[in-house]
Amino acid sequence: MIGSLAFATPLLLTALIALPVLWWILRAVPPAPIRRRFPGVALLLGLKDDESQTDKTPWWLLLLRIAALAAAIIGFAGPVLNPAAVRTGDGPLLIVMDASWASARDWPDRIERAGLLLDEAGRAGRPVAIVALTDLPPGDLPLQSANAWLPRLPSLVPRPFAPDMVAAADWASGLDGPLETWWIADGLDHPGRGDLTAALRALGPLSVFQGDRDVVALAPPRFEDGEVRVSLTRLGGDAPLALDVVAHGLDPAGIPRDLARNAALFEAGATATEAVFDLPPELRNRITRFEVAGLRGAGTVTLTDDGLQRRQVALIAGGATDEQQALLSPLHYLRQALEPTADLIEGALSDLLLASPDVVILADIATLSPEEEEGLTDWVDRGGLLVRFAGPRLAASDVARDDVGPLMPVRLREGGRSVGGAMSWGEPKRLRPFPDTSPFFGLEIPQDVEISAQVMAQPDPELAARTIASLTDGTPLVTRSSHGQGSVVLFHVTANAEWSTLPLSGLFVQMLERLAISTQPATPEAADLEGTIWTADQVLDGFGTLRDAGTRPGVPGEILAEAPLSDDLLPGLYASDDRRIARNVVTADTVLIPASWPAAVPVEGMRVIAPTDLMAAFLTGALVLLLVDAIASLWLAGRLSGLARGAAVLALVAALPQGGQAQDLSEEDARALLATSEVTLAYVLTGDARIDDTSRAGLQGLSNTLFQRTSVEPAPPIGVDLERDELAFFPMLYWPVTADQALPSAAAYRRLNDYLRSGGMIVFDTRDAHVGGFGSGTPEGRRLRTLAAPLDIPPLEPVPPDHILTRTFYLLQDFPGRHLSRDVWLEASPPDAEAVEGMPFRNLNDGVTPVLIGGNDWAAAWAQDETGRPLYPIGRGSAGDRQREIALRFGVNLVMYVLSGNYKSDQVHVPALLERLGQ
Amino acid sequence: MNDAALHTPESLRSRSEAVAATLPALMADAQHLAATVLLGVHGRKRAGMGDEFWQYRPAQAGDGYRQIDWRRSARSDGHFIRQTEWQAAQSVMLGVDDAASMTFTGHRNRPSKLRRAQTLAMALAIVSVRGGERVGLTHLAEPPRGGTAQLMRMAQALMDSDALGDYGAPKPQTMPMGGRAVFLSDFFGDIAAIEAALGRAADREVKGALVQVLDPDEEVFPYDGRTVFESMTGAIRFETLKARSLREAYLARLAERKAHLQDLCRRTGWRYHLHHTDQPAEPTLLWLYRALEKVRG
Repeated sequence: MIGSLAFATPLLLTALIALPVLWWILRAVPPAPIRRRFPGVALLLGLKDDESQTDKTPWWLLLLRIAALAAAIIGFAGPVLNPAAVRTGDGPLLIVMDASWASARDWPDRIERAGLLLDEAGRAGRPVAIVALTDLPPGDLPLQSANAWLPRLPSLVPRPFAPDMVAAADWASGLDGPLETWWIADGLDHPGRGDLTAALRALGPLSVFQGDRDVVALAPPRFEDGEVRVSLTRLGGDAPLALDVVAHGLDPAGIPRDLARNAALFEAGATATEAVFDLPPELRNRITRFEVAGLRGAGTVTLTDDGLQRRQVALIAGGATDEQQALLSPLHYLRQALEPTADLIEGALSDLLLASPDVVILADIATLSPEEEEGLTDWVDRGGLLVRFAGPRLAASDVARDDVGPLMPVRLREGGRSVGGAMSWGEPKRLRPFPDTSPFFGLEIPQDVEISAQVMAQPDPELAARTIASLTDGTPLVTRSSHGQGSVVLFHVTANAEWSTLPLSGLFVQMLERLAISTQPATPEAADLEGTIWTADQVLDGFGTLRDAGTRPGVPGEILAEAPLSDDLLPGLYASDDRRIARNVVTADTVLIPASWPAAVPVEGMRVIAPTDLMAAFLTGALVLLLVDAIASLWLAGRLSGLARGAAVLALVAALPQGGQAQDLSEEDARALLATSEVTLAYVLTGDARIDDTSRAGLQGLSNTLFQRTSVEPAPPIGVDLERDELAFFPMLYWPVTADQALPSAAAYRRLNDYLRSGGMIVFDTRDAHVGGFGSGTPEGRRLRTLAAPLDIPPLEPVPPDHILTRTFYLLQDFPGRHLSRDVWLEASPPDAEAVEGMPFRNLNDGVTPVLIGGNDWAAAWAQDETGRPLYPIGRGSAGDRQREIALRFGVNLVMYVLSGNYKSDQVHVPALLERLGQ
Repeated sequence: MNDAALHTPESLRSRSEAVAATLPALMADAQHLAATVLLGVHGRKRAGMGDEFWQYRPAQAGDGYRQIDWRRSARSDGHFIRQTEWQAAQSVMLGVDDAASMTFTGHRNRPSKLRRAQTLAMALAIVSVRGGERVGLTHLAEPPRGGTAQLMRMAQALMDSDALGDYGAPKPQTMPMGGRAVFLSDFFGDIAAIEAALGRAADREVKGALVQVLDPDEEVFPYDGRTVFESMTGAIRFETLKARSLREAYLARLAERKAHLQDLCRRTGWRYHLHHTDQPAEPTLLWLYRALEKVRG
């Protein structure tokens, strides 16, 4: 877009008048001659120039110079493209930003706009205060210079809730005028905006800057007819708009990813639409949040909680084949209570367990087959919730009579009891209020719940701890115990109305809900949550990013249910016990209403063409022209030889602003090139300079030996920083283990595992001579265990006598380093490897071991200085020399093994080897 | 033109004193160059005074007893006289132009014309002395001599230049009758002086060679633009507005000068050779050696 051009100091342009004069002066001055010493001048004497060319400056050079000068003059006059319109006014200025969830989508525009407004205020020298309505400043208005605000501008962020306009209006009415206000609004009519407008207008003139970007809100998902429906609303409704709604969650491997994606289309003129997800329950239960793809902001993210999760509940009743009336069926009330919120499955227990339900409910089932019992115990240990209801069969059986079985929370007394019946004394019992340790704490107990029969728990030291609901006389009604990762709950009454009226009451549903058997169907009411304390697991920020909540204080249930979102109650996922509740910015009944402003308030758009300062461009142009002029002058004067001409043109190209960038190898590339062009041995940098030096010297010594004795000619060894460096280039990694070595990061471990899986080999050296045996005893050994724990290491065994490592180059049976320990471990050979009759070796044709673990301090035995002399003393006298030699031979074998794999295991070599072995 | 590339007039005395104890730099260069020429025995092919054995001949009447080679005579009945080859020493006079114009070099990696001329002259002197000739410098009044000491003296004399002018001309002071002479110069100076010198040499039956030493820049004239050309002392100036347009005329004049020199040589029985300082010195030395040998025959 071509805008207007203005000059900061137009008076300077009068200097352009001088250009013709300059033309005349420049034309008169010819280029200076070169002086040269030349003996042949004797032969030149008397010669005449047949043409006289360059005593005047050529016209094009003149033009170049004049253009350079004109560009400089124009540049210094300060040309500005699209100069900003000037807003008049003086006195203190208040810039108000909504900074709400609805501002997040075009937040950079808003910040840029605020920056431009600050520039304006700075030019006018007005004191400014910037106030975010979601974060009202305490105390006085922070009036400061515009320059003081500019660096703080990027730290302003939108908050994930709507501003409290009522509080803001209160705050504004406490300010002292006169005060001009510029309001960067989000375009939504938050309740109370009118009051704030009035309060601000009372202080002084008010201008509003409001974006024309649409506001889109994503409501929490609903579960209807087996489908998940997510509603979207928007503010403006003129053009059709297609958006993608993405369901995020963990995949079966526990990695967060997009589980589903569906389009939602706003018709032209429509302000509401829906995205429909038809997902299998397994997938649905894993969804953690929905969001609109490509739109940033807390309003387009909605977290899911237990409301969307439908648990799979397996119902099993004793005597399922009994032809009972429906209301007497042990499962009738459970079905009624659970059907709306859970997926029920029924069938044989062994079949049901295969479906891995979340909950198994056994209604009056006393004994299970050993197979079933084993399966069920296993399932509970893996995190299942087993709920049992008592009944005549249980009361009559011997289950949990003598000791608590794994599938019962408490021991039971024989026979149970019956109270308040026709044949017994006393009144039917009522429930005692739930203790605060109980998951039922806070539930209101209806007066009509009566218990007339129950099974009795044996008194036990643990009974009190396991009781989560009891009768008024203190006898347990519901007991719970945990087994493994799961738990077992026993209702001491039947699941039908035979023994009590509990299944008839609403309390029964609530109790199931609290046990997380069922899930609450809709947003919980304050009353439902009374008495519970919820802690934030994850919270949303204004841009809709989910963050760890850290240590935020707990929130009482009634506040969580109803209080508006604020700094103390951020949108996010709140958890209590096994239940989770999501608070979202947008709720199902959120309605987007466009803000309306009084007619007298000027409303400007958000977009503004920033003024472009052309001064730098003009001055650069002038500089380039002068450079061209210098080269052209030199050329005219004959002072550029051919080579210099090329260099000058190159310099000119390099000096141009868009000059090509020389491509250079980065340090990593150079390193990769070095490591890949030759075989390179590598060692892990431990952070201990002495150990690292020894490793380097050791691998250098080994490289020298390889160079002398074999066709492997390695490059100098390289130290590898596990956190930074790429490992894939190295055939072998020597890793000396020190007791105080830092654990590599998760990313480093991932690279290490990739390295091992792709055929790399790590040689661990604890350097402790294995005095403590494998992997324990010494500090290095213990460190090795921690270091290697996250690595993908196969089963290990000590090097078998027929391992390829013993014959890849030299025939060896010992692998000494500075120490002489036999314990060197590597990947166990396959169990089915067997020696063929007549062969000395087993047929081990596959796989190079990914790790080799030992403690012989090989690097010290290999270490050589620059002149090739050994650095460390090994053993004593000639025996020590022999040991060093064997250590070097082991090193050669090792590198050969790494490089050639199991080639030497090929049976082709057996006859020759046999001969040498003297067999 | 750095110090090492050129034996500058200012440093001549100090340098010659400094090198007097050892082999001068010039001697080193020249020895090196001379080593490339294989010296054959070039005696007179007849018996006479000399060191080399020539023949045994039967003693005749009139031969002194002292001349009889008793060792040879004892193997037969007759008496034999051992004759040596006649090795009459020839004199080679060398003239090196050391005027200011010779100090020019067109590139800092090329030796100056003077340095090349001195090196050639000394190398020729060494070759000649090894061949048993006597050598000397034309501009000195001393007669030619043989031996290594004479080489040292010549080296010092070559460095001890006192020429002041822009262009030099051969001014031979000593020219033994029937000797050989070599003049090394760029021959940019007055052609009449060269003609006079050659004429005088021809009068004294001196044969020899002119070696014109030129810098490549002087051959191709790679100049352009508005230029003021100055002689090496700055005494002569010539200004041109467009140097390139002068190139043809300059080259024509240079060719004319070369042709004149060749013509001069042909008339006096001398030989002419053109040497460029960017070329190695060895071919020129070989040419000189053969040229002198030929006229010697």
